[in-house]
Amino acid sequence: MMARVWVFNNNISTDDIIAGRYMPKFEATHDSTWLASHVMENIDSSFASKVAKGDVIIAGRNFGCGSSREEAPIALKAAGISAVVAESFARIFYRNSINRGLTVLTCPGVHEGFKSGDAAKVDFQEGVVRNLKTGKVFKAEPLPNFVLKIIQAGGLLPHLKQTLKR
Amino acid sequence: MERVHMSMTITEKIFARASDKKSVSPGEIVDAKIDATMVHDLTGPLAIHIFREIGVAKVWDPNKIVMVCDHQVPANSIDAAQNHMVLRKFASEQKIQNFYDIFEGICHQVVPEKGFALPGFLIVGADSHTTTYGALGCVSAGVGATDMAAVFATGKLWFRVPESIKIVLEKKLPRRVMAKDVILKIIGDLGAEGANYRSAEFTGPGMRNITMDGRMTMCNMGVEMGTKNAIVPPDEITEKYLAGRAKQHYSAVYSDPDAQYIEKHTYDLSELEPQIACPHSVDNVKPIAEVGKIEINQAFLGSCTNGRMEDLEAAAAVLRGKKVSRRVRLIVSPASRDIYRKALDEGLIKILVEAGALVEAPCCAACMGAHVGVLGPGEVCISASNRNFRGRQGSPESKVYLASPATVAASAIRGVITDPRDV
Repeated sequence: MMARVWVFNNNISTDDIIAGRYMPKFEATHDSTWLASHVMENIDSSFASKVAKGDVIIAGRNFGCGSSREEAPIALKAAGISAVVAESFARIFYRNSINRGLTVLTCPGVHEGFKSGDAAKVDFQEGVVRNLKTGKVFKAEPLPNFVLKIIQAGGLLPHLKQTLKR
Repeated sequence: MERVHMSMTITEKIFARASDKKSVSPGEIVDAKIDATMVHDLTGPLAIHIFREIGVAKVWDPNKIVMVCDHQVPANSIDAAQNHMVLRKFASEQKIQNFYDIFEGICHQVVPEKGFALPGFLIVGADSHTTTYGALGCVSAGVGATDMAAVFATGKLWFRVPESIKIVLEKKLPRRVMAKDVILKIIGDLGAEGANYRSAEFTGPGMRNITMDGRMTMCNMGVEMGTKNAIVPPDEITEKYLAGRAKQHYSAVYSDPDAQYIEKHTYDLSELEPQIACPHSVDNVKPIAEVGKIEINQAFLGSCTNGRMEDLEAAAAVLRGKKVSRRVRLIVSPASRDIYRKALDEGLIKILVEAGALVEAPCCAACMGAHVGVLGPGEVCISASNRNFRGRQGSPESKVYLASPATVAASAIRGVITDPRDV
């Protein structure tokens, strides 16, 4: 699937992805569309209105550093982001994303290889990210099989439910 | 000759014990039993929501769950009040005795203070600063709400055993240079992801000169360079802290002399100067002399990083008999009720209030921009807390400089970022 690309720099924190001031309401209501309406607001206050379903985030190093708030991958997913491809991820965000069924790929060289507005094709099972504008292809670090299964199920909770059903 | 046992670091030994293995190596995936967990009023409600969706009626062990209302206490909105209600109801339903309502203080002070964090333990908390408890010689890591719900249901969690970084401290800190300056210096050197997925072990003869309060400050901010866990090998300072406090028997473990480290860094504490983390990244660290003249609107002393006795004492020593600048709002929040009471007994609160400080209830206060002391557009805060991300303490157009309690106090007096050795 072709996807529009949004490029972000190094050290994008979970406060950038969803600010602390928006957390209490989500915890009380679990309304993820509301979180999506404030996604990336600290960096770009119009991002939430521009992002569309299927879009991909390409980022630099240490994406998702900071707070353990699971609202960060929840907000990205609810905003329509289909995958985050970064040079590297902070560990809690990475784990939370897998648990939430948000595709996260670690992909060296990818940050230099894209500009916002480019089109990308992400094959997360093959671990290949292609820039459809420049034709460049980037190879992601392979995900372990059990992680692929969790993402495919839509997250750890649906995965657990599927496994328990069998 | 074949070695009888594989040498391990303190962190590897704890993962091995928790996963019923003789030994583990970095990179290995283990399924480990959890000794204690913590959730608070901002992360607990989502963890509880997911736990209910899993469909298990009872938590695996109510005595191993600690719940603390600390981020928005007393409630400052209907949403916050609802979150507190969720925790109260869950504690009562699941018979969780270790529920600390809005009165007790910040989770990362309450958990060690009440004796839940013990040497050799494996602890997870639904908060990134759960690394704090490593000061007591345990492995302690932050997790998200789904992982926490899984632990509530099963008492177990998978981990990748981390590589360890050894950080050796030598000698003693000079006057008015604090543990906060040490950890800021280390984060500045290693970078915001310099220890990503790794364990940071703080050791060496200099650790004998770092108090338990200081050790908690250092382990707390380990996560700001990406660590899975930060840890201090237990010693007489640990034993003294735990005497009369430990909730149960514990057995300390230590790194083997020939344990493997992926990196080693050595610091001479006697040469350290006050450090500042400039906006908007915790690794944007400079010695205070290189920061230049920065005017401030607010100064914050508190949080799970710097709301402890040593911190209040250091600030009071700087502020005694002096006045906070009329241009500055100094906000102080002791990290727990216990600390608040001790600070009252020792006259520290009087010194701070007479100098012009506003003392808030023990809570996360101004640290995360969702309760009290929120910054407006263009405002600048010097903060003895842990993060200076864009918009962390309020407006995305505000700026946060991180510093030690002594530096925060000195800056509050002058209205500009000030070296505490100069006042």
